Amino acid sequence: MKLSDALEFAVRTDPGRIRSHNEDAVFSDAKLGLAILADGMGGYNAGEVASGMATTLLATNFSRLLPAVFPYGARASDGALVEQHIVSEISAANSAIYHAAQRQPQYAGMGTTLVLACFYDNRLCIAHVGDSRLYRLRGGEFEQLTRDHSLLQEQLDGGMITAEEARFSQNKNLVTRALGVEEGVEIEIRDHEVSPGDLFLLCSDGLNDMVEDDELALTLQALSGNLSLAADQLIELANDHGGRDNVSVILVRAKADYAVPRGWWQRMLAGLK
Amino acid sequence: MAKLILSMDGLVLKEIPLTKERLTIGRKPHNDIQIDNLAISGEHAVVVSILNDSFLEDLNSTNGTLVNGQPVKKHFLRNNDVVELGKYKLKYMTDLQPAAGEFEKTMLLRSGTAKTPAELQLQPTTDPMTRSNIGVSSVSKQPAVAASVPTAAVQLLNGPNAGRELDLTKTLTTLGKPGLQVAVIARRPHGFFITHVEGRQFPVLNGEVLDAQAHPLADHDVIEIAGIKMEFFLKA
Repeated sequence: MKLSDALEFAVRTDPGRIRSHNEDAVFSDAKLGLAILADGMGGYNAGEVASGMATTLLATNFSRLLPAVFPYGARASDGALVEQHIVSEISAANSAIYHAAQRQPQYAGMGTTLVLACFYDNRLCIAHVGDSRLYRLRGGEFEQLTRDHSLLQEQLDGGMITAEEARFSQNKNLVTRALGVEEGVEIEIRDHEVSPGDLFLLCSDGLNDMVEDDELALTLQALSGNLSLAADQLIELANDHGGRDNVSVILVRAKADYAVPRGWWQRMLAGLK
Repeated sequence: MAKLILSMDGLVLKEIPLTKERLTIGRKPHNDIQIDNLAISGEHAVVVSILNDSFLEDLNSTNGTLVNGQPVKKHFLRNNDVVELGKYKLKYMTDLQPAAGEFEKTMLLRSGTAKTPAELQLQPTTDPMTRSNIGVSSVSKQPAVAASVPTAAVQLLNGPNAGRELDLTKTLTTLGKPGLQVAVIARRPHGFFITHVEGRQFPVLNGEVLDAQAHPLADHDVIEIAGIKMEFFLKA
């Protein structure tokens, strides 16, 4: 099945209850099988510029690149190549933001987190930098597939702080990696297989800092029949809990198998559909 | 900036801002907070601060350290925690509201800014949950929303389970038959709302068919979903 038929998207972004600006940026395209979410940081409107640059650059470049490199769609066996392209495009976006920040004093120090999901051939490639997350709801199991690049996560990994204590930490807002703050960027990239029925949530920390994982899971389970309502409800939840930060969500459901057609006849059949 | 307030028998002795990464407490004079009392060990405890968070650790003192009445080895300090060493009390206070507008803004922590636990000589916690992710915790989650919202329930008025009550305690309660017709009742700070989720038919509220929007529920409203009538009511 074609990506655009197999995947269902719902995208929301909201400034929250406290902030006047929205420094988050989101992009999704069912045809490309692409979802991108960025949470910008920096003074004045620099955060918006950084996150906006990241999503726009990546969206534009992938819209050109993917159909050119994989005219029939990337296959599972192309996994390494897909990863390579994602890493090189994110690195390019990093340089662009970094150089803009260097050239223009009002953008000095700007940066952005990033989580990018690329769906292809019943697989999902996730790249992330910083503390924007990707979760998966599969059956009844709700799991975080990304690991934050943050001080708190490092403290958890180092065993200095327990998960319970971390909920009350005042250091939630400190990321250890971001796009656009240095000439190079270390990108974490992982590949997962996807089963029909899987539901993925990409979000900025404005959601997961405000709402506990249990409640995210409950919302996705209860409203899985209506993705757009689920997305609205997630934003409402974050705002009901204080809405102290910008909040963005992208929901992606794999409704069906989206294996790339193998032989020429299958491709022709797919083309006729 | 967080601080400790040292007191004995209700008398405030000293206010100590937590400016150092490692602040030592003990009887001996080289400590940052010296408490010259025999119940206090030479090196009794230490407060390690990492940016905005502080941890208290007992340094195997003879008489131990209590936090809010409980003996601790290592403790993550929270606002208004009371640390007791013998007759002395240290109250931990932190500014929960940083400068307006800067609240919880995401910031980059450049490598080398914060020291590692090893550098600060902080003991790892021996908690089995330690390696799980942030936010995943076995402790029951507080519905922050709940406090101000009254509790409510729906009572089924017809069908095989007529008379049965369903408490609306969760933030979302789904009603109906998946695949046929599903609606959800959301419990929010300003009340309860019903929304259509899936199915061709929309819920009926007091005889009127609803649209796709969320509708507030009032006491004794009658809802009909998938042929089942039910009454919504607030509980005292």
